[in-house]
Amino acid sequence: MPKLPKLPAPPLPSALKERPPRPGENGAADPIEAAQEAGITVVDWIDERTSLSGAARWMMFRKVPKGTNWFYTLGSATMFAFLSQAVTGVFLAMYYRPDPTGGAYESIRYVTNDVFLGEFVRGMHKWGSSVMVILVFLHMGRTFFFGAYKYPRELNWVIGVVLLILTMVMSFTGYLLPFDQRAYWATIVGVNINGTGPLIGPYLSDFLRGGPEFGATTLSRFYAIHMLLVPGLIAAMIGAHLYLVAKLGTTAPPWTKAQKPAELRKAEV
Amino acid sequence: MSDKHAKHQSKYTVDRMIPGAFDGETVTRRRFMTGTVHTAGAISAGAFALPAIAFALGPIFKAPPHRWETVGTIDMFTDTNYTPVVLTTTPGIGEVGKTTVYVRKFNPEIDTDAYDRGTPYIAISNRCAHLGCPVRWVDAAERFICPCHGGVYDLLGKRVGGPPVRPLDRFYSRVVGEDVQLGPRFSVNSELRRFSPRDPGEPLDGLGQYLYPSRPDARI
Repeated sequence: MPKLPKLPAPPLPSALKERPPRPGENGAADPIEAAQEAGITVVDWIDERTSLSGAARWMMFRKVPKGTNWFYTLGSATMFAFLSQAVTGVFLAMYYRPDPTGGAYESIRYVTNDVFLGEFVRGMHKWGSSVMVILVFLHMGRTFFFGAYKYPRELNWVIGVVLLILTMVMSFTGYLLPFDQRAYWATIVGVNINGTGPLIGPYLSDFLRGGPEFGATTLSRFYAIHMLLVPGLIAAMIGAHLYLVAKLGTTAPPWTKAQKPAELRKAEV
Repeated sequence: MSDKHAKHQSKYTVDRMIPGAFDGETVTRRRFMTGTVHTAGAISAGAFALPAIAFALGPIFKAPPHRWETVGTIDMFTDTNYTPVVLTTTPGIGEVGKTTVYVRKFNPEIDTDAYDRGTPYIAISNRCAHLGCPVRWVDAAERFICPCHGGVYDLLGKRVGGPPVRPLDRFYSRVVGEDVQLGPRFSVNSELRRFSPRDPGEPLDGLGQYLYPSRPDARI
């Protein structure tokens, strides 16, 4: 019998068409199995829609050079110091009032003396800021003495310097917020140090104070810079910094000798 | 009718290899659309960015009004020694907006500098001209002494030691009836020549007056 040519299917409305099986639909697992695999199912569901696992693998499972040691953790330590500052800062902001007529000092006094664990959270933020500055400098020293700023990592050094400056801006603006005598006079002195830059210095200190004298809006200006402007910039810069670390890889310590591949070593012997 | 582009070639269209363009057309529709979208994006970004920046920079160009404040009566002050008074420089923010001023009656035997002539009272700001710490008048030494970095000034507020770059700032003074009133602050150079108020740390001798110009929000 000769083979008949297959006729094209009649046009059907899509509701009547056979639906292709969706992934995971065939083997309907029993509830216990489903519960056991719930985590994987959730991760799969997200990954199927975002392909994030590739990015996560690219970021986390990198090759690191032989000789990588504890000094290489200083960058992560700095980042965790920043995260700690961000979290404690958010909770301090729930109590703080940037009011120069006495509300600022009073709200800090309230946090320190009356709020449950307030002294602890404020202490974490206060001492954590010093820890972050120290870690930034140690991380910078590690990068410098290991020669990790050289080609192709110059841009990461530049981003790191921007992060250092932003950290200094955080320290400077945060110092005013307790609004006691030390905070006030340290800010007067700090703003005037900015003003000693020729030509643009006077305008820079006017911008910081929001006027020619320490005025009604100076404290709220510092508060906005401290909690909104600079943290966002720091987070973005940390993202760029980390991307370049993952992209370029880390350097071997300078005392590590270059190693030839195994077959070449064999040939020499 | 054949392709009209074949007859007279446009020096723009053919060179630019724009298919389907009219004669003399120099911009493709794609380019035009791209440019339009970029312009629209720039306008809408500028619409929120420029006001925000102007909002943050505005105070630099806005001059606060000059104020005269009564700080005492004429019998409170001598012409040989300083009397400290408290002056409000920024009203409405409590203690933060106040500053201490050392006031002394004009004494023709001490205040011999030509720029001081006609001043009823010598009112010297306690802001150190180094970095703005509060100086105090020490009677025994007859000096203004700064606690922060060791700036020392003489009876006229002129620097005699330490890091300050110019004499102490002063305030305009006037007498209304029995009251002594202080007005805006001004800065002086080492010859007591008067300038619009500068921030501490900004020298006014020689090149300094050009390197540290007066700002629009603090000009008298």
